[in-house]
Amino acid sequence: MAKAMGTVGISKYRKHPAVLFVLMLVGLIITGGLYSIGATAANKVAKDSVSAAAILNDPASIDAGKRLFATGCATCHGLNAQGASDGPTLIGVGAASVHFQVATGRMPMAAPGAQVMRNKPQYTEEQTLQLAAYVASLSPGPAIPTAAQLNWAGADLAEGGELFRANCAQCHSFSGRGGALTEGKYAPTLMLATPEQIYEAMITGPQAMPIFNDQTLNVEEKQAILKYIEYLKDSPNPGGLELGRYGPVTEGLFLWTVGIGALLMVAIWIGVKAK
Amino acid sequence: MSSNEHNETDNQVVPVTQTSSEVRLPNSQLPLHVLRRADVDPIAAGRAERQVSIMFLLSAVFTVLATITFFAIPVDKFIRVPGAGVTQASNLALGVTLGLAIFLIGTGAIHWARKLMPDDEVIQSRHSYASSNQIRESVMQEIREGGIESGFATRKIVRRSLLTALAVLPLPAVILALDFGPMPKNELRETLWTKGMRLVTDPTGRYLRPEDFSVGSLVSAHPENLHAWEEENHNLNARAKTSILVVRMTPEQLRTSQGEGWDYQGIIAYSKICTHVGCPIALYEHRTHHLLCPCHQSTFDLADSGNVVFGPAARRLPQLPLGVDEEGYLVALSDFQEPIGPSFWER
Amino acid sequence: MSTEITRGPVDKSIDGGIKYLDERYGTSGFIKRNIKKVFPDHWSFMLGEIALYSFIILLLSGVYLTFFYKPSLIEIVYDGSYLPLKGIKMSEAYASTLEISFDVRGGLLMRQVHHWGALLFVAAITVHLLRVFFTGAFRKPRELNWVIGVGLLVLAIFEGFSGYSLPDDLLSGTGIRIASGIALAIPVIGTYVSFLVFGGEFPGLDFMSRLYTLHVLIIPGIMLALITAHLMLVWFQKHTQYPGPGRTNNNVVGYPLMPAYMAKAGGFFFIVFGFLVLLAGLVTINPLWAYGPYMPDQVTAGSQPDWYIGWLDGGTRIMPNWEIVIAGIGTLSLNILIPAVVVPGIMFTLLALYPWIEQWITGDNRAHHILERPRNNPNRTGIGVMSLTFYGLLWIAGGNDIIAQMLDLSINDMTRLIRVAIFVAPPLAFVITKRICLSLQHSDKERLLHGDPTGRLLRLPSGEFIEVHEPLSDNVKAVLLARTELPMLQPPAEVDQSGVKTPKLWAKKLQHRLNRWWYVDQIPMPTIAELEAAKHHAVHELQEAQALGLEITHDLPEPTKSH
Repeated sequence: MAKAMGTVGISKYRKHPAVLFVLMLVGLIITGGLYSIGATAANKVAKDSVSAAAILNDPASIDAGKRLFATGCATCHGLNAQGASDGPTLIGVGAASVHFQVATGRMPMAAPGAQVMRNKPQYTEEQTLQLAAYVASLSPGPAIPTAAQLNWAGADLAEGGELFRANCAQCHSFSGRGGALTEGKYAPTLMLATPEQIYEAMITGPQAMPIFNDQTLNVEEKQAILKYIEYLKDSPNPGGLELGRYGPVTEGLFLWTVGIGALLMVAIWIGVKAK
Repeated sequence: MSSNEHNETDNQVVPVTQTSSEVRLPNSQLPLHVLRRADVDPIAAGRAERQVSIMFLLSAVFTVLATITFFAIPVDKFIRVPGAGVTQASNLALGVTLGLAIFLIGTGAIHWARKLMPDDEVIQSRHSYASSNQIRESVMQEIREGGIESGFATRKIVRRSLLTALAVLPLPAVILALDFGPMPKNELRETLWTKGMRLVTDPTGRYLRPEDFSVGSLVSAHPENLHAWEEENHNLNARAKTSILVVRMTPEQLRTSQGEGWDYQGIIAYSKICTHVGCPIALYEHRTHHLLCPCHQSTFDLADSGNVVFGPAARRLPQLPLGVDEEGYLVALSDFQEPIGPSFWER
Repeated sequence: MSTEITRGPVDKSIDGGIKYLDERYGTSGFIKRNIKKVFPDHWSFMLGEIALYSFIILLLSGVYLTFFYKPSLIEIVYDGSYLPLKGIKMSEAYASTLEISFDVRGGLLMRQVHHWGALLFVAAITVHLLRVFFTGAFRKPRELNWVIGVGLLVLAIFEGFSGYSLPDDLLSGTGIRIASGIALAIPVIGTYVSFLVFGGEFPGLDFMSRLYTLHVLIIPGIMLALITAHLMLVWFQKHTQYPGPGRTNNNVVGYPLMPAYMAKAGGFFFIVFGFLVLLAGLVTINPLWAYGPYMPDQVTAGSQPDWYIGWLDGGTRIMPNWEIVIAGIGTLSLNILIPAVVVPGIMFTLLALYPWIEQWITGDNRAHHILERPRNNPNRTGIGVMSLTFYGLLWIAGGNDIIAQMLDLSINDMTRLIRVAIFVAPPLAFVITKRICLSLQHSDKERLLHGDPTGRLLRLPSGEFIEVHEPLSDNVKAVLLARTELPMLQPPAEVDQSGVKTPKLWAKKLQHRLNRWWYVDQIPMPTIAELEAAKHHAVHELQEAQALGLEITHDLPEPTKSH
C-alpha cells in the first residue's frame, strides 16, 4: 500500500523541515562565501619607505639597476631604455612608474594583451628600487612618493570619499572593485594595491589610467583618497554578505538563484504528498 | 466570427475532444487514497504533532529573542562575522531571530497540514459561467430598451451634445498639468559658462593653470561661479549642465573638425554629460584618448573633436573653447556652442 | 466527521459571530459555497502566491519606511552616524535613508526586506507568468485575467523603478537621469514632458515628492485593485489543473480550502515573509551608503538598474546610434526611442494580446481547464523560449560590463556579438525547442503504444529478440492521453453560397496558412484502435514470456498504482 505512493527516493528526507533550513543556509553560505573570498584577499601594508629612500639615493644602485635592466628589460625597451618596437621609451617616466610596474608584477610583461595584468613581482623590492634609480637617472620624472606623502593619518575620510567619487569611482567603481573599459581593458580592483602603488599610479598614469599629478590633485587630496581606499578595503558590510560589491547585477543573480531556488524548494515540499 | 471556428455549445461546457481522457480511458478515476503513517499509526501522529508544536514554540522563543535583541543591541554596534565581514549587529540579530520566528510559523503550519489534516483529494465539478440563452437575450433586450427609453439612441442632438461635453471635459486635467513646471525656454542651450569664466576643480574649487596639467592629465571642473549659484538657487540644475572634463594631449595628437583655437596648448575641455541620455562620463583612457560612458557604453574620441567611436550616442561631446586670462588661469572663451546632454526634439 | 463534540466557549463565540454576520449581511450562504472550495495542489501553482505574499510584505515594510523617509531634494549637510559621509552635502531624501539604515533600530532590516521583497516580487510575477504561458492557462475563459497579470507586471516594474529611485544615492540618481533623457527623446513634446515631470530642468527639486506619491499611493493603489480582481477571477473561475487520472475539463481535483489548503497557503505566506527577513538580516542589498549622494556630475563604473530594468538597459546599450535630424522640424532619437519605448511597447503588447493571437491561429474557441503540457503545443513553447532568449540576450547586454570584468572579456566584443545574436539566436531557439517538443510527442506516442522499455531482451522460440516493455501506469496514461487535438481549419471559401465575395478574405487566408503551419508537424495521437491493438500485443508478449518460464515482475494493467 505504502509502496504504491510512488514518489521518488529523496522524498523520504524531505519530510524533515530541518532539511530545508540546512539547504537554505548552505545555499546562502556558499554563495555569499564565494563572493567574499575574492574581496577579502590580500591587504598589504605600505613598504618601509626609509630604506627605500636609502637605496634610491645610493649611486651604486644606478649601476646595479642598469645591469638588471640590460638583462631583464632591454629586449623590449632598448639597451638604453630609449624604446623599441616591442616597448615604449622609459626616458622620463620616472622612478614611480618603474616601481609601480615592477612591484605590481606587471613588468616584465608575461604576454601582450589588451591589458597588462597584475602579477607576482619578479624582482625583490631592492632590485625594483635599483631599476627605478637607474631609469630615474636617465631623465627626471615622477618620483616614488615619500613616507610623508603617504602619511594619510590626518586626512579626512569623508572628503576622501567625495574626491574618490569625483575622480576614481567612474572607472574603479564606488567600491574600488574595478570595472570594465573599452576593448577588453579594465580598471583593476584597488583592493590589492598598496597605498604607495595607488599614489604611484595616480602620478604616472599606467596603461589606460589618466594622470592625477600633484597640481591637479594635491598631496592632501591624494592622502584623503588613500585613506578612503584603505577604508574601502576593510569597510563594514552593515547589511550582511556584500555579494562582491558589484552593484545590482550580483544582487539580481543572487535573488534568481538562491532566492527563487529556495522558495521553489519550499513550494515543492508543500506540493508533495506526505507519507 | 468565422464559420470554421470550433464553437462551444451555448450554456454548457462540452468534453474537450474525442480524444479526451474520458473517452480514451473510461475507467479513469482518482488514484486510490493512500493513508499516511500518521493516519494509521498514533505514534507517528504524535511525533508529527510534537514536531509541529516544537516549531511553533521555537517561533515564540525567537520572537522573544528578537525583542531582547531590539533593546539589547545598540544600532551602532558592529561585529565581525566570519565570511560576512564587519556587519551591523542589530540587523543581523534581528534578521535572524525575526526571520526564524516568522519562518517557523510557516513550516509548522505546512507540516501540520501535510501530516495531520485530511489529505484525500476531492472532486468538485465546475459550474458553467455562462447564463442561459434566455437570460442573455433578455439582458440584451433590456439594454436596448433602456437605450430607447432614455432616448439616447433616438435623440441624436442630446446624444451628440453629451458626447461632445464628455469629450472636452478631460481638457481641464491637461490644463492643470501645465503648471507642473515652467515651459522650456532656453535652458537646454545655455549654461553658466561665459567668456572669461575661470575653471575650478571639482569638488575642491581650485583655479587651474595650464602648467598644472601633464600630458595625460584628467580633471573634472566647473565654472568658478557654480558654488555661488548653488548657494543662491539650492538646486543642482546648473551642475547638471556645466560640468566639464579637462584633459591634456600633445598638440600633435589633436585632430579637430571644428577649426583651430578650441584648445590651449593641447589642453581641451568637453562637456561631462553624455549626449545619449545624460550620464556623466569620465572613464578616460589617456593612451587611446577614448572616453567611455558607464551607462550605455558610448565611446567618444577626445583627440578627434569628441566624436562618437562606439555605442548608442549619436552626437559628439560638446567642446568648451579654452584660453588663459591675464593672470594665467584657464578660462572658457565662450559658452558651449551647441546644447549639452541628451538630444531633444527642438535641438 | 466529529461535529458532535461538546461545544466549548470558543465554539460558542464562533457560532455567535457567524450568526451575527449572517443576520445582518447574509454571509453564511457565501461561506457555505466557498469554504470547501477545491484547489488543485501543485508546486507550480504557488509561484503566484509568492508574488502575492511579496506584495503584502512590501506594503507592510513600505509603510514602515514612510514613517522615516523624507521625499525632499533640499540640500543639507549630513550629520548622522555614518562617518564616511559626515559633513557631505546631500539631499534630505538620501540623509533620511541613511538615518533609516544607521540610526533606527530595525530600520536597515526593513529597508532590506523591502528591497529584497521588490526583487522577489517581480521575479515571482515573472516565473508565475512563465508557468501560465507554458501550460496554456491563459486560454479561454482566462484571457482577461492574463491581461490583468500583464498589467500587474508592467506596474510592478514601474513601481520597482520608482522605489529604486527614491533614496537619491549616486546609482538611483543616475537612473533618474536616464529616465529624463528618455523623456527628452519623445518626439515633438519630449522637452515639455520633461519640464513638466521635473518641474523645470533636470534635476530640479520637485520630482522626488512626485515620484514618492506615485510610489506609495497611485501605483500600489492600482495594483491592489488589480490584484483583488485577479484573485476574484481565479476564485470565480476555479483554478486550472494538470492532466491526471480522474481529472477532466469539467471538474477540479484537489484539496478543500478548509482546512488543508488554507493552512498551506497561510503557512507559505509566513515562509516567504520569514525567508525575506532572514535574507535581509544576512545579505546586503543596495548598500546605498557606499554609492554616496547623487551628484549630476558623478558616476560609478557598473552603473546598473535592478534586474527587471536590466533588459531595457541592455537594449539601449546594443542599439546602434541612429538619430535622425529632420531639417527644420526636429530631432528623432531612434537610438533611445527604439530600445526604451518601441521594443518594450511591442513586447508587452504582444504579451498582453497573446491569448487572442493564439486563439485566432488555432481557431480554438473552447474553454480549457486542463493545462497543456508544453510539449503538446510546440509552437507556443517555441515562441516562449524564443522570447526568453531575446529577453536573456538583452539582459546579458545590460550586465555586460560586470560580465566582461569577471570573465575578462571585451564589452565591445560582447555588444557586437549580441547585436548579431539578437536576430539569430531567438529563431534558432524556436526551431530547436519545437523539434524537442515534437520528439517528446513522438516518444509519448511510443510509450502509449508499447509501454516503457525495460532494457530486458527476450529470445522468442522463433529466434527473434524482443525487448520487454512495461505497461504504463494509469497515472501516466491519463497524463499522456489528456492531449487534445484540433482539426485544422478548412481553407476559406472565396465566395459564400450566394456568390458574395468573402469579406476580409486575405485575413482568413492568412489565418488558414498560420493554422496549417501551427499544426502540420504535430505527431498524431494514437487512435483507439491502435491503442487496443497495442494492448493485445502487450498481453501477447507477456504470455510468450510466461510460456518461456520467465518471471515478469510487473502486473497487467490495473488501476491501482498511483503517484
